[in-house]
Amino acid sequence: MLDELKNEFASLVPVPLIETDYRFKGYHLDVEVGPDQVVAAAELLDRRGFFLEAITGVDWLGKAPLSNQPEVEAGEAGEGGGAGKAEAATAPPTDKMEVVYDYNRTVGELCRVAVRCRLDRANPELPTVSRLIPGANWHERETHDFFGIIFSGHPDLSPLLLPEDADFHPLRKDFKA
Amino acid sequence: MNDLARSQNQETFVLNLGPQHPATHGVLRVKLTMDGEYVVHAEPVLGYVHRMHEKMGENRTWAQFMPNTARLDYLGALSYNHGYVKVVEQAMGIEVPERAEYLRVITVELNRIASHLLWYGAFVLDLGGFTPLLYAFDDREHVLDLLESVTGSRLTFCYFRFGGLYNDVDDNFVGGARAFIKRLRRRLPDYHNLVTKNIILIKRLKDVGVLSAEMCRKYGATGPVLRGSGVDYDVRRNEPYSVYPELDFEVPVYGEGDSMARYMVRMDEIEQCMRIVEQALDKLPEGPVVAEKVPKILKPPPGDYYSAVEAARGTFGIRIVSDGTNTPYRMKLRSPTFSNLSLFGEASRGMLLPDALALMGSLDLVIPEIDR
Repeated sequence: MLDELKNEFASLVPVPLIETDYRFKGYHLDVEVGPDQVVAAAELLDRRGFFLEAITGVDWLGKAPLSNQPEVEAGEAGEGGGAGKAEAATAPPTDKMEVVYDYNRTVGELCRVAVRCRLDRANPELPTVSRLIPGANWHERETHDFFGIIFSGHPDLSPLLLPEDADFHPLRKDFKA
Repeated sequence: MNDLARSQNQETFVLNLGPQHPATHGVLRVKLTMDGEYVVHAEPVLGYVHRMHEKMGENRTWAQFMPNTARLDYLGALSYNHGYVKVVEQAMGIEVPERAEYLRVITVELNRIASHLLWYGAFVLDLGGFTPLLYAFDDREHVLDLLESVTGSRLTFCYFRFGGLYNDVDDNFVGGARAFIKRLRRRLPDYHNLVTKNIILIKRLKDVGVLSAEMCRKYGATGPVLRGSGVDYDVRRNEPYSVYPELDFEVPVYGEGDSMARYMVRMDEIEQCMRIVEQALDKLPEGPVVAEKVPKILKPPPGDYYSAVEAARGTFGIRIVSDGTNTPYRMKLRSPTFSNLSLFGEASRGMLLPDALALMGSLDLVIPEIDR
């Protein structure tokens, strides 16, 4: 099953999919897609009977995003352990904002898929998946509340949990109360 | 919507339900567009008890966040304790002593019974029956006394620790738990005679608020809501954790998808919880309740980790991102009723208002957990 899914994703994403150690990470498959592919990824998983458990964001202000990819610039893949890890001396060229979609399914073999999308922090925008998965509506609204990430095509991005006149995004790392 | 409602002259009005309405069990507001007695459109308005727990997670150490986990779902807080310690233990590779795992299961299941009992009382109260609430609270009181004797609190538990528990149990607890189960076994038939077989309840719940399995999937509904729609999924069995694989229990599933099915799932779950507690008490091994080699200052290796547990209301998922320091970099709390409530707008369309309230009650909402 995991192999079939990997094959399907292979046609979609340029970077290799990561089969993660479930007992350590808590999910089986880590997929990184571009903003133009989040809907295609959602379609693929929806067709295979997955449901969306949550959407959330991570603000990587001034940091290189941690990755499960075998080797990345900062060498933070975890394989070599944290010991020899020297923080990259130079700041990454652009700060990133990450959106993570957690998929799971109720039928068949257990398979959790984390789909992530990294965006330019200055202009965090990606298409909504709420047309396909209505449950994504609130999750996206919440992510917009907390991070200011814009889900284009979303029917209503007004604050869900924050006050109705909120113009701040508290989970941004540069947020000051 | 039936013909009678549709034949009206399409005039609608907005009805504001909550945020202080008793049927919303806390501060949930629902903006209802009504056509007579029929719901045309329902829009839940959230955030009245939003406290930004996820931000709090980012400015305190891993251990200091522990009490926050009990302030989400205050009726089934131990499951949230469990979800949090589980994900950190998973990231740190901490082994938990067997006795601690058994005690975790025992206390979580007792807490689940307490939560379902409260739901039972409050739900029937919503439907207009007052007396069952008194029965349920009487029994629930015994669970709370038991849990208080070992955890020190009655609702906002902070009982679990990374690698174990705060406190071991004594013989009084074991004896008390057995006595409670014996008592509840005797009482449950009363519950069913009083309420389950009551014709008024059946008429209020049967074929009301039918949720299809597909709708549950599209909205990410979990827990008794999902199992009431015929989907046989329970994290405790499908994604085994702790010592659940060593215990024999069934996952109640009802295929009708109506409010009655969700009611029956929870009532059956109370019985299964009692089975789990009994078995775990029988098997309870001797030994320490906290692992020896847990570092005082926790620094999970950099990376993100996900973990889910079956809380009383569904899947509680927690995603943590660690940057290798003693403070979480990001803490996402995925609460089950947030997703369960999100289908209310679609599901309540065209329903009579009292039926929509029956549906809302059958979702078992706890607002602080939705708002976080």
